[in-house]
Amino acid sequence: MKFTLSWLKEHLETDAPLNEILYALTDLGLEVEEVVNPMDTLAAFTVAHVQTAEKHPDADRLKVCQVETDDGVKQIVCGAPNARAGIRVVLAKPGVYVPGIDTTIGIGKIRGVESFGMMASEREMELSDEHDGIIELEGEPEVGSRFVDYLAQHSPDKIDPMIEVAITPNRPDALGVRGIARDLAARGIGVLKPEPEAEIKGAFKSDINVNIDDDVLEKGCPLFAGRLIRGVKNGPSPHWLQARLKAIGLRPISILVDITNLFTFEYNRPLHVFDADVVKGDLRVHFAQGGETLMALDDKEYTFEPGMMAISDDNGVESIAGIMGGLPSGCTNETVNVFIESAYWDPITVAATGRKLKANSDARYRFERGVDPAFTLGGLDLATAMILELCGGEASEMVVAGEVPDTTRQYPLDTDRVQSLVGMTISADEQVRTLEALGFVVDGDQVTPPTWRPDVLGPADLVEEIARVASLTKLEGVPMARSGQGVAKPILTPMQKREAMARRTVAALGYNECVTYSFIDKTSAELFGGGGDAVMLGNPISADMSHMRPSLLPGLLAAAARNQARGFADLALFEVGPVFHGGEPEEQEVLATGLLVGHTGPRDPHGARRAVDAYDAKADAEAVLSAISAPEKLMVLRGANSWWHPGRSGKLSLGPKNVLAGFGEIHPKVLKAMGVKGPAVAFAVHIAKPPFPKKKSATRAALETSDFQVVDRDFAFVVDDTVEALALLNAAKGADKALIAEASVFDQFTGDRAEAQMGVGKKSIAITVRLQPKDATLTEKDIEAVSAKIVEKVTKATGGVLRS
Amino acid sequence: MDGLDSLKSKYLESIASAADESALEDLRLAAVGKKGEVSLKMRELGKMTPEERQVAGPALNALKNEINSALAAKKEALGDAALDERLRTEWIDVSLTGRPRRQGTIHPVSQVTEEVIAIFADLGYSVAEGPQIESDYYNFDALNLAPEHPARQEHDTFYMHREEGDNRPPHVLRTHTSPVQIRYMEKHGVPCRIIAPGRVYRADYDQTHTPMFHQYEGLCIDKDVSMANLKWTLEEFCRAFFQVDGIELRFRASHFPFTEPSAEVDIRCSWKGGQLKLGEGDDWMEILGSGMVHPKVLQAAGVDPDQWQGFAFGMGIDRIAMLKYGMPDLRAFFDSDLRWLRHYGFSALDMPTMHGGICG
Repeated sequence: MKFTLSWLKEHLETDAPLNEILYALTDLGLEVEEVVNPMDTLAAFTVAHVQTAEKHPDADRLKVCQVETDDGVKQIVCGAPNARAGIRVVLAKPGVYVPGIDTTIGIGKIRGVESFGMMASEREMELSDEHDGIIELEGEPEVGSRFVDYLAQHSPDKIDPMIEVAITPNRPDALGVRGIARDLAARGIGVLKPEPEAEIKGAFKSDINVNIDDDVLEKGCPLFAGRLIRGVKNGPSPHWLQARLKAIGLRPISILVDITNLFTFEYNRPLHVFDADVVKGDLRVHFAQGGETLMALDDKEYTFEPGMMAISDDNGVESIAGIMGGLPSGCTNETVNVFIESAYWDPITVAATGRKLKANSDARYRFERGVDPAFTLGGLDLATAMILELCGGEASEMVVAGEVPDTTRQYPLDTDRVQSLVGMTISADEQVRTLEALGFVVDGDQVTPPTWRPDVLGPADLVEEIARVASLTKLEGVPMARSGQGVAKPILTPMQKREAMARRTVAALGYNECVTYSFIDKTSAELFGGGGDAVMLGNPISADMSHMRPSLLPGLLAAAARNQARGFADLALFEVGPVFHGGEPEEQEVLATGLLVGHTGPRDPHGARRAVDAYDAKADAEAVLSAISAPEKLMVLRGANSWWHPGRSGKLSLGPKNVLAGFGEIHPKVLKAMGVKGPAVAFAVHIAKPPFPKKKSATRAALETSDFQVVDRDFAFVVDDTVEALALLNAAKGADKALIAEASVFDQFTGDRAEAQMGVGKKSIAITVRLQPKDATLTEKDIEAVSAKIVEKVTKATGGVLRS
Repeated sequence: MDGLDSLKSKYLESIASAADESALEDLRLAAVGKKGEVSLKMRELGKMTPEERQVAGPALNALKNEINSALAAKKEALGDAALDERLRTEWIDVSLTGRPRRQGTIHPVSQVTEEVIAIFADLGYSVAEGPQIESDYYNFDALNLAPEHPARQEHDTFYMHREEGDNRPPHVLRTHTSPVQIRYMEKHGVPCRIIAPGRVYRADYDQTHTPMFHQYEGLCIDKDVSMANLKWTLEEFCRAFFQVDGIELRFRASHFPFTEPSAEVDIRCSWKGGQLKLGEGDDWMEILGSGMVHPKVLQAAGVDPDQWQGFAFGMGIDRIAMLKYGMPDLRAFFDSDLRWLRHYGFSALDMPTMHGGICG
């Protein structure tokens, strides 16, 4: 919402300096977004006098002028055709910023002749579009005096500060200059001037009548009024009106149209003017049947859907009700008879129609926030008076359909509430004064909000008004008691702790945490089992961000590709964040996913570097599971999802169904599609899935140790190359569960050389078994016995034989 | 027992000049070995009279001990010399890099979220969460944002696709963390003190806006909580979070459909030399929106607004991270540039705590 200071002062009697007004506006909740004050931007321009103007020796169109300034006579080269001896001009000295050309003037040579400043045109000072020549000042303003002082005297509108405020959606009344003035007056910045009134005596009955369909009357338009004015003379508006509109960025069109715009911004009272000679028959407000079309004033054709609100005559639809008039019935400079409309449109209906038609206008903006219904007829009269004054003509009696909707309501004022809710002490008298200054009617403890404040809907709103006007800046913080006594209790839930633990564990394993977008492109989503319609955005910001991600891997792989392009080939990236299995709120899951790409590290002199492989990912997955207290014994399954390498991936699972983590190499096709140079391995842990411990006690089970000597025995077995190590280890452990403390693989021998030694389709797996006796030191015989059992068990389970 | 002295001097001298361990072993055998000179002399003790034995015995024992000690000392000296000689040849280039070890990092969003949690935990707030695909009801209706409310348009909402025939309003990507207020109060009731951090979404993209960003919601409901308490809470938070004692906040009247009265909160700052300093200067920078929870919001959550009141606020996590740690561009938060992650990231073990400090 833009307005100028002088416009504000038409409604507010005040001598307050601009800064005070600006501060108050923001503090009242009408946040100042921009101020354009020519008094500031043009303060450095001064009056000068051209003594002589000679032709430039090397340029036909330039003149070399000797200019009298307050710093003495200066030489200035000027290209303006009107630069000549004797005129008084506006001078920008070296060092002065010229807004219209966004340049600070320096001392320069123009075609070899030195120049000490610039004589300015109106456009160069952003005063107008005028650029045919430099400004010639009237009268004999003193050389060296400020140009802005000259302007203040000769054309004050040109130094009128323009103020733009952001109006929150609850304050439609502040979308008019008068509403802003009222707020400032309530704050004590001046006095609100009386509301102008006009009494129009209709000289005749309007030829055009207005009707509202019954169903519209109930919901969309309770009141539609108008008046015919005959014999007007339309044309360009007077200077003051044009200046006012230009100052807020509107283009003056003609008096009739300009008046409707003026009322929109001055009183938050949008109006519309029809060329009465084009209107055929009466005007009727109705819901569209669907299919009607209208070429509107913005030169776009709109097609109505059933239920949209329209104004029609016998020719058809003439206006999108409350939003925009039609081009055919709009006023032109030739308009002689005008029908002026002032109506109250239901905010919801206007908003719905506007949204569907994608039609925006200042009128829609205001009607959907709520204009003052009680000012519908008063506004019509005021506008009529202005048309009669500026265009002449003769006004008809007012025609009215429907009636002013009754918005009267009352709320109790509890003057203690400001203290208890806000924490400010404001006297009851001051509270009443504030409300009355804003137009509320206070009767005892009952308060009736003014008709222009549709947002006030309860006692809490009264508190807000009082606190706002009193200034929340004055609010002082008041300490709160701690919520409990003594040492604070922990506040994180087990899942919240788990998420943090998973995150810091992965980082401790050397991964860099990323935060990638929750939405990704469809193709990537599909690679990871997603991309369905249920997780599709209805209005994505771009095709790259169209589907909610089914996995964290696509985001991490894309990040890896970007980093590879920047020259970082070896990466360890991770994310802990949500994935979306469906489009419902409960179909969200938190995953911890890590991605390793390239090598374990940079090239080094120790030969430590190697390509990452699936076992790196597996170890890290297990570290995360361990950190979040997942059960130690998990099944290792094959058959992971399609984006993993089919042979080099696995799942860690609690039982056959409850998969806690996946790990392995990323499928080469997926890598290619994502533009990542491999090798790339990853893990994904479903951190919510491991069961949470049930017991509350922190006590651990007692530690059992044995003082008897441990014995380590190694075995190498020859097995079929499809036998998995875990089967072998489990069989070995099963040989004597009490005695065998640990068993692990320490070597495997596979491939062509292994097959050459042990036969086609064979490999060797070497395990070490730790025996921990609890009752007595093991004898050689004991050891032999358990060794034999181990071999027997392994052979039975895997067909493996001891390697000779 | 003659000759003990000469024996002693002979062996001690030989031991002292032994060149290596084998020479030393030869000397040991010759002196105290089974057939060594000292051993042979000790055998003679049996033939002596008790009186003679009383003199000769201790003398021989002393000699044997002395030779043994000398042998041991010489052996150690020879060993040390050999080790010194070996170590003289053992040399590495200590300027070479150590075996490379990956250094992981925590993203600033995670770190700052934990900082916020640590501070509010100290004030007795727990952490609540809610879904990011959210129903129209929780994101808007329950927060006093009816379908036609003009404020809805200012949210730049992402809508989820809705199948034909499913006549529910489309779900949205939550535009703020405020729906968690409703979900929490519905489930846990009041009084309550919670914060709700997490991802939120708005269809906007430039240097200071990304279509996804992070916010945290604060909610405090009790019998007598006032806006002045809100101001104190925010002042305390800012002081602790930004580690600046002179933090100054300014409340400015504003409007949010879910609070009444509503205030935008500015923080005093200066931009001298392009450098942001909080708590000094003459500028004010908006950092959050807040207010007293609207009675209709309490009602929507099943809380009686005649009995309970309180405040709510919402703050941008990425934004306060930028202010505190100085990242210039929000978009970089989500770009995963390794250089950025390393530069602005935090150590895995750098857990923010109130006792250890919350400045990374």
